[in-house]
Formats: sequence, structure tokens, C-alpha cells
Amino acid sequence: MPAVSKGDGMRGLAVFISDIRNCKSKEAEIKRINKELANIRSKFKGDKALDGYSKKKYVCKLLFIFLLGHDIDFGHMEAVNLLSSNRYTEKQIGYLFISVLVNSNSELIRLINNAIKNDLASRNPTFMGLALHCIANVGSREMAEAFAGEIPKILVAGDTMDSVKQSAALCLLRLYRTSPDFVPMGDWTSRVVHLLNDQHLGVVTAATSLITTLAQKNPEEFKTSVSLAVSRLSRIVTSASTDLQDYTYYFVPAPWLSVKLLRLLQCYPPPEDAAVRGRLTECLETILNKAQEPPKSKKVQHSNAKNAVLFEAISLIIHHDSEPNLLVRACNQLGQFLQHRETNLRYLALESMCTLASSEFSHEAVKTHIETVINALKTERDVSVRQRAVDLLYAMCDRSNAQQIVAEMLNYLETADYSIREEIVLKVAILAEKYAVDYTWYVDTILNLIRIAGDYVSEEVWYRVIQIVINRDDVQGYAAKTVFEALQAPACHENLVKVGGYILGEFGNLIAGDPRSSPLIQFNLLHSKFHLCSVPTRALLLSTYIKFVNLFPEIKTTIQDVLRSDSQLKNADVELQQRAVEYLRLSTIASTDILATVLEEMPPFPERESSILAKLKKKKGPGTVTDLEEIKKERNSDVNGGTESTPVNASTVSTPSPSADLLGLGAAPLTSSAPPPSTTGSLLVDVFSDSASVVAPLAPGSEDNFARFVCKNNGVLFENQLLQIGLKSEFRQNLGRMFIFYGNKTSTQFLNFTPTLICSDELQSSLNLQTKPVDPTVDGGAQVQQVVNIECISDFMEAPILNIQFRYGGTFQNISVKLPITLNKFFQPTEMASQDFFQRWKQLSNPQQEMQNIFKAKHPMDTEITKAKIIGFGSALLEEVDPNPANFVGAGIIHTKTTQIGCLLRLEPNLQAQMYRLTLRTSKETVSQRLCELLSEQF
Amino acid sequence: MPHPRCGPEDTPEQAWPDFPEELPDLPPSPGREKPPWWDVPEAGPMNQMQFMLLFSRQGKLRLQKWYVPLSDKEKKKITRELVQTVLARKPKMCSFLEWRDLKIVYKRYASLYFCCAIEDQDNELITLEIIHRYVELLDKYFGSVCELDIIFNFEKAYFILDEFLLGGEVQETSKKNVLKAIEQADLLQEEAETPRSVLEEIGLT
Repeated sequence: MPAVSKGDGMRGLAVFISDIRNCKSKEAEIKRINKELANIRSKFKGDKALDGYSKKKYVCKLLFIFLLGHDIDFGHMEAVNLLSSNRYTEKQIGYLFISVLVNSNSELIRLINNAIKNDLASRNPTFMGLALHCIANVGSREMAEAFAGEIPKILVAGDTMDSVKQSAALCLLRLYRTSPDFVPMGDWTSRVVHLLNDQHLGVVTAATSLITTLAQKNPEEFKTSVSLAVSRLSRIVTSASTDLQDYTYYFVPAPWLSVKLLRLLQCYPPPEDAAVRGRLTECLETILNKAQEPPKSKKVQHSNAKNAVLFEAISLIIHHDSEPNLLVRACNQLGQFLQHRETNLRYLALESMCTLASSEFSHEAVKTHIETVINALKTERDVSVRQRAVDLLYAMCDRSNAQQIVAEMLNYLETADYSIREEIVLKVAILAEKYAVDYTWYVDTILNLIRIAGDYVSEEVWYRVIQIVINRDDVQGYAAKTVFEALQAPACHENLVKVGGYILGEFGNLIAGDPRSSPLIQFNLLHSKFHLCSVPTRALLLSTYIKFVNLFPEIKTTIQDVLRSDSQLKNADVELQQRAVEYLRLSTIASTDILATVLEEMPPFPERESSILAKLKKKKGPGTVTDLEEIKKERNSDVNGGTESTPVNASTVSTPSPSADLLGLGAAPLTSSAPPPSTTGSLLVDVFSDSASVVAPLAPGSEDNFARFVCKNNGVLFENQLLQIGLKSEFRQNLGRMFIFYGNKTSTQFLNFTPTLICSDELQSSLNLQTKPVDPTVDGGAQVQQVVNIECISDFMEAPILNIQFRYGGTFQNISVKLPITLNKFFQPTEMASQDFFQRWKQLSNPQQEMQNIFKAKHPMDTEITKAKIIGFGSALLEEVDPNPANFVGAGIIHTKTTQIGCLLRLEPNLQAQMYRLTLRTSKETVSQRLCELLSEQF
Repeated sequence: MPHPRCGPEDTPEQAWPDFPEELPDLPPSPGREKPPWWDVPEAGPMNQMQFMLLFSRQGKLRLQKWYVPLSDKEKKKITRELVQTVLARKPKMCSFLEWRDLKIVYKRYASLYFCCAIEDQDNELITLEIIHRYVELLDKYFGSVCELDIIFNFEKAYFILDEFLLGGEVQETSKKNVLKAIEQADLLQEEAETPRSVLEEIGLT
């Protein structure tokens, strides 16, 4: 046993811990613990009242047992009793127990809150400290409700001790994180900002965290913190290493505070005030300069602390993205770190450079380090560092170096760690597509991917290569030839068989002239793989065979023989059997013309975001990936994909399972970009399946229902005998999410239940919808939900269509409704005084900015209802602005990703005539028009 | 089973789950598309330390501190996975790794691993020095600290941590100030404690 240190008295606890440590087996330990639990239980239940000391000791033992990983279901009450002890040490153990073990037992929370309340009111700083720590540790909503009003007062009171202020600041931060709704903004906020000037650096350190989080959510209110933070930072970075005494850490002045201040500044754009901005630039330069100075100590702590500040400064420089000089210096500094002997620094340099690569000012500078990064990929011994190198190569890739980077990644893939293979495969596939000048290179790259890492090539990747080959006729012959050659290998990956099967089925005729790849040879080659493949691949190959019947009538009988064999016609798998039966039948009865129509070449796929990219985003989480993509899209307007328009003639509809589609090449059931109804081109689909048919016209009443949702977010959107569709949605800034609830009102299952969101091409460029497919089976009486994440990119006129298809009993159901995602959902109300309103109103006097509509009232003209509707519409309702009290005026800002649009509105009712005049003034013509349109329907 | 019916105007509240409090973090707008400052809130992720774990080379958990609410089950699962992951790493490897959607910062001191989970935008190096400062605090308090000190005085290890970090944020970085707070508490403890006989101590175990 070690020498028990200061101020200790709980010998019983020490003995117990020793006992546990001496247990030779898990069983012995459990036995000893159970004995102890029985003992404690009997003491707690015993007649003799326990003194505080014993209670403390037993509670402490329970805590120890809990920390060993055992469940504790009693003792809470005793711990709560300790809270009201006058002895600090008993109180302290009580609070510790509560902090570690509390659950939301409401009865207890009330008692705990009571004890906390007493301690907060005690004016005893140590007791107050304990109570604040406890709130910060537990941070439950009940505590927020009880104390969020009180703590700001403690925080800014003049006579509060520094240490209590520190705890109060972080305690409030914790409550704000769990329950921002309980933390009232008020006078205290401006006083909190001034804590940045406090003499006590510990107070500044704690307060900065609080201010940063508050500023993230309420930037306007905390704007003054910028200049205060800059001057504080400036004082720190220019101070001599001993000035800050105990706040200097291994010769680095206040590194934690510096990092926090730099983080706070990242909540804001570069300061507008030139003096503040100049001072900040000086700070950042000083930090960069210090990195070049010889170290003041050889200790790793010195360099870590110094570099922590440096990396945070670089993050700020990247965030501002406005000073080319600083960006390039940052890049050079990171370049040095790329070759540093410390693994940690190499890792961080790779990570940080990734974000630098997305700035137009530093992208070229980052690219100069390509050889070092490739070298890191080859030589780093730690997989997490290699992973960063892959990320950076991906980020720095553009048309100029794509071939080199893709080649290096493929190279690395041969030996890459299993854990990161899939991600590398996705990245290679994306880069190869994006920067392909020559699509033969693209096809080669993907086939290489399948050869090297076939197991990690997901559906998205091989679907994509097929989509691209189908859409580009310049590469089809090459693709057919290449897959044919690749299939010659004695052992090839099943994914290659899939790609090969599909491509030869479509374009095998392009190489059939060569006797080495005659129809029969192609067929035999594919069929030699058939028996080694899984069911979905076999299903795909069967479809290839029927396509061959059309392409190569000369081998029709050979194929019919194969289809006719027992192993096909009587296959135990129902999908295979059905395909064999139907294809055989089709090949026998259909005339050449019908065959040619049914089996004609696949129409081009609609262009949309690569599903691979979507997958990578999902894998990596949002953030890095998108960022880079979009920046690059912007920089190289000539990159592939995205904007090239391709004729769309098929109705793309998501398929519930790959095998329901003819060739198992379903479009991912996300937003499809096809224009809604289209009756041509679906012949092929109609023969075999009803699950993929055209989109139904809008359901009756859909327009009315749609209008009802303009001013509200929740309710029932659609209902018939079978199905109820409910909506619940929320919007914030330019983002939103909508929960769609599909209720099966019958007692029978819905099968192949497939909701699809359809946006026109135009709408798709302004509104980004993301969702996941729902379970294709909806049980009778059940409700399933689907979440749609919404991002408004720019203002828009139309609404998306929600199409739902499913089978009910023997019948196929197809319903379309308009989904109420309208421009006004991205409103943020703005309060303003009469004078401001009219000043802005006058500023927007350009005729294009105004839209006016005079219309007859459709509903009773009730003032209160009208007010509620205007508020529901999203704008603020401004009282006492219009000189005529009968009129209504409103103001707000429409948030889109690209811009914010200020909007003013005025509604003048004329009771006598039962008419309204509505006027909208915004800075953008289309916005005025759309808002006027939407709101006119409401009265 | 009847489907929960509802009139056209009201919402089937009961059947529907509450919304998560926060919207998902959508990708930040690319650098040059920054909106004008007056509506900047680029809902940046809230950054903080998620938890800190201390465990031995044998994988025994010695201290756990959670700064985000998680169920006991999740905590156990995370601990198990993370201990395994970190113990499998070789000595010269980098101190940072990506794990789920968190960043892990860890360092080994003698037989103990100190391991912190932070979020995407957080600063790894400063977290590494948070660990070091905590070790220094323990060292100073116990006088060349060893694993046993932390086992037998786990409550003290918690108290020291609470003075240094609160709610996942650094509260006080001055070694002097933190230890002063702890020593004052010890003083209060000694004043309050009445001496007890050894026999009584043992009898009570």
C-alpha cells in the first residue's frame, strides 16, 4: 500500500481497496464486493443512525465499486444527505457521488437541487464552488431550469471571488449547451464580455470558453468581444516569457488562453475596424515569427504548447481566408512540419494543410508539397498518419496532378491497411471521374480498382462506371474491349463480372467484329463465370443474356438452351427462376421488332451528384469533403460532371431492391432529377414490373393542402383510405429538416413502399434535399418516418414533388403530392422601429423590387388570424409602424446559402370591399414575386 | 390495430418523436462564399472535450470523466473499444487518432494511459498539454505520483481534475491556484475530522 497522502482518514476504504486488489480472480473480487455491498446495505438500513464520517466512507466505497464497473442501486439517499452536512469533506464526497452516479430520478433531483441552492446562497466560496462543480458535472435540464437564472448573477456580481467566477462561467456554459432555452440573455451578457479584460487570467480563461460558445449562437450580441479578444491576445503574445508568472507554461505565455482567444475569433469574419484588424495581423505574424525562433527549451511541452498556439493561429488565418500573405506563410510553416522528426507534428501538418488546400490563395502553395506527401504515404509507419496523407492528396488534387495522385493512391492501395481501403477506393473513383480528360483513363482506373481491391469496391462505384459508360458514347467501345480483356483473367473479382456483364450486354456488339471477341466467345466467357457468382450477379448475367439475344440473333438458340436448362428454369431462387422463365418466353414469342424495342440500349442516366461522393460524405461525415468539392467546382468550371446536360428521357424512379430493376442498376433512391411525368421510354419497364412506373399526377386537393402549410410546419399533408401522410418540420437559417410520417391505415402490409422526392433541374440547383430510403414494407396500422434534410442554396419558385408508390393487396398505388418546402420557410423575423422600417422601405423603391397584389378575401377578415398567419409566414409582425392601425407590416430576412435577402411586407385590408392589397419589397425581384404569390393565397 | 387517426388540422403529436435539439451540422460554406457578417452564424460545431479516461497497461480503468451525457451502457462500450484501440498502438506512433467521429489524444505515463476525446475542430496539441498539466498536478499533490496513488485516492484525483477542467473546458491553468484550492480543502478536512482510534477504523470496514 502506498503512503496515504495528506488529510486522509478513510482507512476502511483503503483496506477495502487493498482487499480488492489482492483478489486472485474475478470471482473472488465479485464475492468480496457482494460481501461489502451487504455490509453497507445493512449499515444504511440499521437502527443505529450513522455519523457523517461513516456515511461518507460507505458512500465512497460504493463509488469505488461503481467505478470498478459494477452497478450500484442504492446509497443515493445517503449521498444526498451528505450534501447538507456542514463538514466540507462530507459534502465533497456527497457531491462527487452525485456527479458520477446521478440519474434522472426526479425525487432525488429535487433534493439535490435544494442542497445546491443552499450552498449557492451560503456565501461560502468553497461550498459555492462545490455546488457549481456539481451543476457543471451533471448539467441536466432540471438543473438548468433551477439555476440558469441564478448563475449569471453570481458570475457578474462585483463581490464574487475569482475562483467562484471561473466555476460559474463554465457551469453556465454547460447549462447553455444542454438547455440554451433556459439561459436568459440579458444585461449580464455585456458584463461577461468585459471579463476578457479581467486581471485574473484564470477568470479570463474560463470566461473565454463561455463567450465563444455564446458568440457562436448570438454573434451580433457578442460582437464587441472581437476587439477585446484581439487586445488581450496581443498583450499575451508580446509579453516576455516570465511576465505571466504561473500562467506561463514551459516558456510559452498562457497557451490555453491564447488558443481559446484564437478560437473565439474564429466565430467572426476579419475585424472591420482597420486598427483592430492591423493589431490582429501583427499578432498572427508574431506567432508565425516565433515558430522560426530557436526553442527556449528542449522539452516537448515547450514545443507542443508553442505549436498548439501556432496551429490555432493557422486555423484562424484559414478561417479568414483573406490575407494571401499569411496563408502562404502558414503553408510554408506547415511544409516544414511535414518533414519534422515528431510524428505528431507531421500528422497535424497534413491535417491542417488539407484545409489550406481549399483556399484559392494557398492551393498552389500546397501543391508544391506533393512529393513529400506521396513520400509520407509510402514511408509513414503509423496508419493514422498515412490516412492524413491520403486525405491531403485528395484535397490537393486538381486537373494538373490528378493522373499522378490517382496512380499513387492505386499504388498505395495494394498494401493499404484494410481499415482505410474502402475510403481510398471511393476517393480514387471520385478523382478519376472528376478529372478525367480522357475517359479511357477513367475506365482503366476503375477496372484497376476492382482488380486491386475488389472487395472494397462498393455498389456505388461500379454503378457509377456503368452510368458514365452509358452516358458517353466515345468510351463505350473501349470499355467493352477492356472489360472483355479483363474477364480473360482466370480469377477475377465478382464486381468485374457485374461490370463486364452489364457493359457487354449493352455494347458487346461494338467489339463483336473482331473474331477474338465474337458473340459466342463473349457469351461463353461470361457464362464460364456464372456458376461462381452470387444470386444478384447471376440475375444480372441473365439480363445480359437476353440483351445478347437481341444484339446477336446468331447465338439465340445457344442462349435459349441455357435459359431452358433445369438449373435455370427450376432454380430455387425465385428471382432467377422468374427471370429465366420470362426471358425465355420473351425470346420465343416476341418478334424481332418488339425484342429490339424492349431490349434497346439503356437511355442515358440523368446527371446528378455522384452517389460515390454521397457515400464518402456519409463515411467521413459532412465537412471536409463537401467543402473541397464545392471549392473546386467553382475553381475549375470545366471539371467533369455536374453541369453537363444530358437528355433525360427515362423516368427515373428509385427501386426497392436491385433485383427489381431489369439489370439491377437502380438509381439510388435519393432525389432524382427527372422531370415528373414522362410516358416514353418506360416500355421496357412496364413489361416486367409495375414497381417502376411513371410518376402519378398530383393527387386531388394537393394544391390546397400545400397552401395550408405555407404558414405552418406541422399537420397532415395527405390522407385517403389507405395512407396518411403527416409532416413535422423545423427550419433554421438556410437549413431545415422535415419528418414525413407515413401511416398505413389498413390492416394489410404495404409492399415495395417507395417514396421519392422529385425536384426539377432548376429547383435542384437551389434546394438541396437529402434523405434515406425507408423500409419497403409497412405493416398494417404501422407508421414509418422519413427524415429529409433541407438546405436552401438560393431562392426558388417551385416546390418538390413527393411521389409514393407501393403495392397494397394486389394493386399498385401511385400517389404524388406537392411537398410544402417554400421559400418563406427560410425567413428569420427582424424587429425594427417605424423609422427604420420606412427608411428601408424607401431604399427598396426600385420597381423590380416591389411586387403588389390586390385580391379578394377568401376567408373572414379577422385581425388576429391575419396576425397569426403573418407570423406563421415567418416574418416579424411589426406593431405601431404603419400609421394606419388597420394595416399589417412585417420584416424579415430570407436565408439562403449564398445570400441573405431582406424583405419588407405590408398588407392593407379593405373591409368594405372584402379585398386586400399586399405589397412586398425585397432586394431581389424573384423573391418579391414568390413571397407575394405564396402569401396572397393565405387570406 | 387501428391507426392513430387525427383530424386534418391537428398533428398526431403522440405518435411522433421529438425533434433532436440541434440541426445536423451541414458542411460549412466554402471560404469565399461567406455571407456578410450580419448573419454570419456559420453554425460551427460546439467544441469541447467529450471525456477523459485513465487506464493501465493491463486495460484496467482507473478514472473516467464524462463531459457529455451518455448512458452507462454506452460509456462501457466506448471504454472497452477505446482501451483496446489505444493499447494496440505501438510506442512511437502518433498521439492522435480518429475514432468514430471524434479525435482521440492520448499519452502514456509509466504504466498509465491518459486518453481524451475531443471534437473535430479542437486543438490536439493543447489537449496533449492538458494531459501533461494534469499529470503535473497529480505529481505535485501526491509527490511523484504513481498508479497506486490514483487507485487509493481516486476521490482526490477527481477533485483535482474538477479544479483544473470543468464541463470539458480548462478552468484554471495555474498549478499554484489549483493546488491551493485542493490544499485549502484538505485543511478544512483536517480541522473537521475528529481523531479516531485504529480499532474503530478497522471495526467499521
